Parts: sequence; C-alpha cells; structure tokens
Amino acid sequence: MSPILEISDLSVAYRTPDGDVRAVEQVNLTLNAGEVVGLCGESGSGKSTLAYGATRLLRPPAVVTSGSVRYTGRRITQGGDPVDLLTMGQHELRAMRWREIAIVFQSAMNALNPVLRIQDQLLDAVHAHLNLPRHEAREKVASLLDLVGIPRSRLRSYPHELSGGMRQRVMIAMALAADPEVVIMDEPTTALDVVVQRDILAQIVELKETLGFAVLFITHDLSLLLELADRIAVMYAGRLLETGSSRDIMRATAHPYTVGLLNSFPSLHGPRRILAGIPGSPPDLRNPSPGCPFVPRCTHAVAACKEVDMSLAPVSGSVGAAHHLTACPIVTPQVSQEGVLS
Amino acid sequence: MSEPVINGVPVTGVPGDVPTTDVAARRAVPLAVDQAADQVGEPAVVESVAAARGPLALETVGLDKVFKLGRGQVVHAVRNVSFGLYKGAVVALVGESGSGKSTVAKLLAGQERPSGGQISLDGQPIDIHGSRAFRRYKNQVQYVFQDPFGSLNPVHTVGYHLTRPVKLHQPGNKDVSGTVTALLEQVRLTPADQYVGKYPHELSGGQRQRVSFARALAAKPFVLLADEPVSMLDVSIRLEMLNLLEDLTTRLSLALLYITHDIASARYFADEVLVMYGGQIVERGPAEDVTQRPSHPYTQLLIASAPDPDNLGSVLKSANAGNVKKVGTVGPAIIGCPFSSRCPLADDKCKRENPALQLLSPERAAACWHLEAATSLYAGGTR
Repeated sequence: MSPILEISDLSVAYRTPDGDVRAVEQVNLTLNAGEVVGLCGESGSGKSTLAYGATRLLRPPAVVTSGSVRYTGRRITQGGDPVDLLTMGQHELRAMRWREIAIVFQSAMNALNPVLRIQDQLLDAVHAHLNLPRHEAREKVASLLDLVGIPRSRLRSYPHELSGGMRQRVMIAMALAADPEVVIMDEPTTALDVVVQRDILAQIVELKETLGFAVLFITHDLSLLLELADRIAVMYAGRLLETGSSRDIMRATAHPYTVGLLNSFPSLHGPRRILAGIPGSPPDLRNPSPGCPFVPRCTHAVAACKEVDMSLAPVSGSVGAAHHLTACPIVTPQVSQEGVLS
Repeated sequence: MSEPVINGVPVTGVPGDVPTTDVAARRAVPLAVDQAADQVGEPAVVESVAAARGPLALETVGLDKVFKLGRGQVVHAVRNVSFGLYKGAVVALVGESGSGKSTVAKLLAGQERPSGGQISLDGQPIDIHGSRAFRRYKNQVQYVFQDPFGSLNPVHTVGYHLTRPVKLHQPGNKDVSGTVTALLEQVRLTPADQYVGKYPHELSGGQRQRVSFARALAAKPFVLLADEPVSMLDVSIRLEMLNLLEDLTTRLSLALLYITHDIASARYFADEVLVMYGGQIVERGPAEDVTQRPSHPYTQLLIASAPDPDNLGSVLKSANAGNVKKVGTVGPAIIGCPFSSRCPLADDKCKRENPALQLLSPERAAACWHLEAATSLYAGGTR
C-alpha cells in the first residue's frame, strides 16, 4: 500500500491571552491509499484539530507551529511532485480541496442550510469544484444521491424533511461529489442511533470499496473503530499514544489509556462485568506537565513516566510489531491483557 | 379501506420511500385509520423482575398519547404502554429515535397530559395538572435531561442551580447550604465547596451531568426519570455515570427509569428492559434474558446493530442487510404491526393486525405474530 497523506511532526497551538494551548503535539500519522484509519480520543484530545490543521482549515487563534503534510495522491503523481499542504498557495489549496481531500464535518446533521433544497446545496458544491455544464451538473447531483441510496425524488426536499440518517447521507454524498481520494469524517454518526449508525457505516465501507478513497475516521467511540478501521490511532492530550491495526489494538493493547477506552463500553456478549471507564479528566493543555500526559489517571504510572519522551516505539512481543507502536515504555501488552475485553 | 395518505402520498407503497421522515409526522395518520390500528388481543400481564428489588413506586397502565396535528390528522406517539418502576430497581426503556420513549418519560414527569391510561404513584392515581397534589407528585418524580450543555443555565452558578430546588421542594429546610454540599457529595463532586461557585462553562460534560443529577435529587424524589443521561457524554466517562446512577439507585432506594438507544448499556445495569417501537412496547423481560435471547425481530435488529468489538476487522455488515430487509430509516407502518415494514418475517396478517404482548414466561413477553419463527431465526441466523 502506498501512502497518500503523510502527516509528520505536526503541532498546532491555540494562542490565548493566558498562553498557548498546545492542542496537537508532534503527531506523525500516515494514511495509505484505500485504507480506513480511525482516530480516536476523548473530547478535547485534539483529534479534530489534527485533521483540520492538516488540511489548513483552522483559523486564528489556531496556529500550525511545526510539521509538514505531504500529499502524494493520484492527480499529483500523474504529473508532478508530492506537495506539502502546509506551504501551498491559496490557489493550489482550493484546487486540492474537494477534488483530492474532502471532509464530512462534525454534526453534519446541522451542517446543511435549512432554507435551501438538497439539490441546490449539492449543486453549489459541484459548481464550486467541478467545471460542468448545467445539465451535467444536475445529472451528477442526482447520481450522487443514488450513490448513497436516497431516492431522486428527495432532491427537492428541504433538510428538515429528511431524517437524521438521510441528512448524514446527503453530507457524505456531497463530500464525494468530486471523487476525492481522501475523505476525512469527523464524528459522522455520533448523533444517530445504533441501527442507522450501522447502516451508514456499512455504506461508507461499500462506497470506499467501489470508489477506492481512503478514510480518516474521527470518533470518540473505540468500539466502532474496532469493527470499521484497518488501523487505529489513539490520541490523548494532543499526542498519539498508540497506533496499530484493529487486531493489535484489541488483542495486544499496549497503552493503559487504550485499555481504559476498551473498558469503557459495556459488552452485549459474555459475562456481565463491572466496568469503570477512565476516572478523572484530561489535563489542562495550557501548562502541560513533562512526560506522559496520562500519568494522573494511569494506574500503572511510575516515577519514570514523568520523563518519558512520548515518541512512539514498536511494541515488544506484538504480532504486528513493526506497525504497532506505543508511547508507553512501562506497560507491556502481557500486563495489560487482563484488563482487555475478551 | 383506502390507503392511508400523508401529504398526498400513499404510505403503504415501497417501504424504503416513506414520504415523511420527520419524527412527529411519521406516525401522522387520519383518525379513522388510526383506530383500525388498535392491538389485537389483551396485552399480557407481566411479573416484572424489578419487583424483586423493592416495593412498587410508580405504575402506569394503558398509557396513551395522541398529538393532534390538525386537519383530522393525529400522531399516536404512545400506545397502550403499561409498566411499573420499583424502589431500588433500574428499568430501561430502549428504542430508536422517534419510538416514543421520551414521550413516555414526559408523560410520567407531568410535562404532557396523557390522552388515556392511568399513572399511579405509591398506589395513588395521579391527575396531572397544576394542583397542589401535582406539586407533591413533582417532588417525588424527577427528570434528568439528556443534554448537560443545554439544561444548565450558563449565567448561574452550580450553587444557584441546587439552592433553588432545595428551597422550592424542601420549604422547611433551615440548612440549605449544608443540603447543597451533601447533594454535591452524593454525586461525588468533591470537595463540594470548590464546585458551588462554579459556572457551567467551567465544568466538563460529565461534571455538568453530575450537577443535573444533584439537581434532580434536591427534591428528594423516589422516582428518577433519566432520558438518555449519558448519550451526549464521551464514551470514556459514560460508565462512570452509569455506575453513579446505579449506586444512587441502590443507596437512596430510587426507582430509576433509564431511557436509552444503547441496549448494551441497558444490559450493563438495568434489571428489566422494555423495548419500544412505534409507540408500543414490543418486548420486555429481565435485562440479561432479553439481550441474550431476544425474541422480537426488532430487538434482534437492535442487538445486531450495536458495535461489536469481537467482530474484528471483518467487513462491516449492515444489520439490516442480512436477515432484516434493508429499508433504511423509514418510519413504522401505520396499520398492523408497527415493525412490519422492516421485518423479514412480516406477512399479510402482520400488515393487517397489530399484535399485543404475549407471555413467553411469567416475567417475559413480546408482541409478534411469529415469535417461534423469530426465535429460531435468531438462533440459527446472525450469530
């Protein structure tokens, strides 16, 4: 698999009068062609900031303080060199957006304009990013709705006439308008109930198979990602704590925080067990303490944790060692195994 | 009888293309058609497992709510719902958006007046309107809202939010600030004096929801209605909240109604599970039993839809795609069984006649014409 989006050493800070809030700290994350990568963490862990920072969608007071985002997508490789999204001109950037990288925004249910028909909103996106004659644009919009399984008769509906699940599908259709190679989905199913959620996830996987785009899927629900994602990155306090395949994350969990996340949702199968979630709350990012940010909530923490440099290293003894990385040198998978759901 | 019509479009056509998906309008039907949808047979009387925990606190029999939309159209949001809440026990009401579960809670909380049926508290029938008796009822039955961001006033402190209900509902109380401190400690916001002066925006989502719990407890209720109390919170703190709720239920001997669309969390801490669909209870019974051996096709769909970490790396399947017809998120059918438009077992009878709850065992019941087929379908099907 070839990488198409390589985020390296990315740091993003929010400038405030009380000092910088370092929302993303030196994150390295690679997205390969046709792959689903799950980015998972609590509210305020910086997962959305990471995605928006990498695509230059943040406005002041947010500042990208370091790093590069190399895009080596299809259209670029066909005639040109890899580009760095962070140093690109506004003009090139605009050409990249939607055609190469599209986003399904958080609370997409409310991202549609309530006073415009679905058709007009989809047409807007198509006109802005594809150079199509009017009748072809209309046909394109209708075929987009086909793609996500909404009858064409709904083109003339207003958003309030659609259910939450349908609105979400319209947003996905809109993101796919220009046949992008990377789709970033920010909590696309959070406000939906389980039956609809599963429908939409299955549809995303199906579309991914047919259209071949890569997905960066952002959510706070690790249980979803285990089923959906090829690889998972766990984020906490602006840093990646663990990355690996779904199987590694589930079966050979290396970081105590990931163990906590895995113990945060009750299971429908197996014996009923008392679960604790993760007590405590995330740290204040304005004055981060040195070492591992999870120390105050970690049950395995030792004095050395305050000096850990937080770089990701291969997990010893894990099957996928080369691709299974953790920032915790203290706990080995064998120790954490007991806490993992079986 | 002619086909029911919504906004000029017949409804019994292709199930995937029900014209209105707006939650309220979904079940909008002309009055005449609605009357034809009454359940066939008497609903079974179930012995609740929750009764083993303590005495009956709140009971409702045949609860009904019809919203009139005008032009002779009505939404039958709650239909013939009967259950009891018992002190020290957790009863979970599970269903998807628009199934009527929140309307049930609003009826019990007195925010809406029922169109039919009886609510009784401690054996006393309650007439819900602004009388003094109703004020007493509100003391005893409290409501926790879903959204901790919207349900606390941003310009008031935590202390204010708790002082007010204490003064209102405990008029003789001389030690108001002591009571507030005790409330905060009860929901484990300690040290309490640190939180009294804080404003909602200074608190995390979990802390805000704890304040909501404390506010509900300020009236010294013995029934707590919690409407999706954790669904707006991060996954990592949901369990802490559920554990807190369970602890409060046992310690204060509260009767808790836990409303959710997450059946796994219902299994986690509820004694009894009521599954609701299309305004009716379609299955009920002990939590473990219902989640491990679901009888109604809808319960089976709910369980198959829940994220399953054991299903590692496999190609994600839509729960609707396999055994259950894939029709997306359409609303319930209007006559006959509400689930018939999405059910793999539905036949003509299901489309014509709405089944009432039938006993499976003394404490378990389901409303389906094809219970045997459904049970064997599940056993040999998805899992």
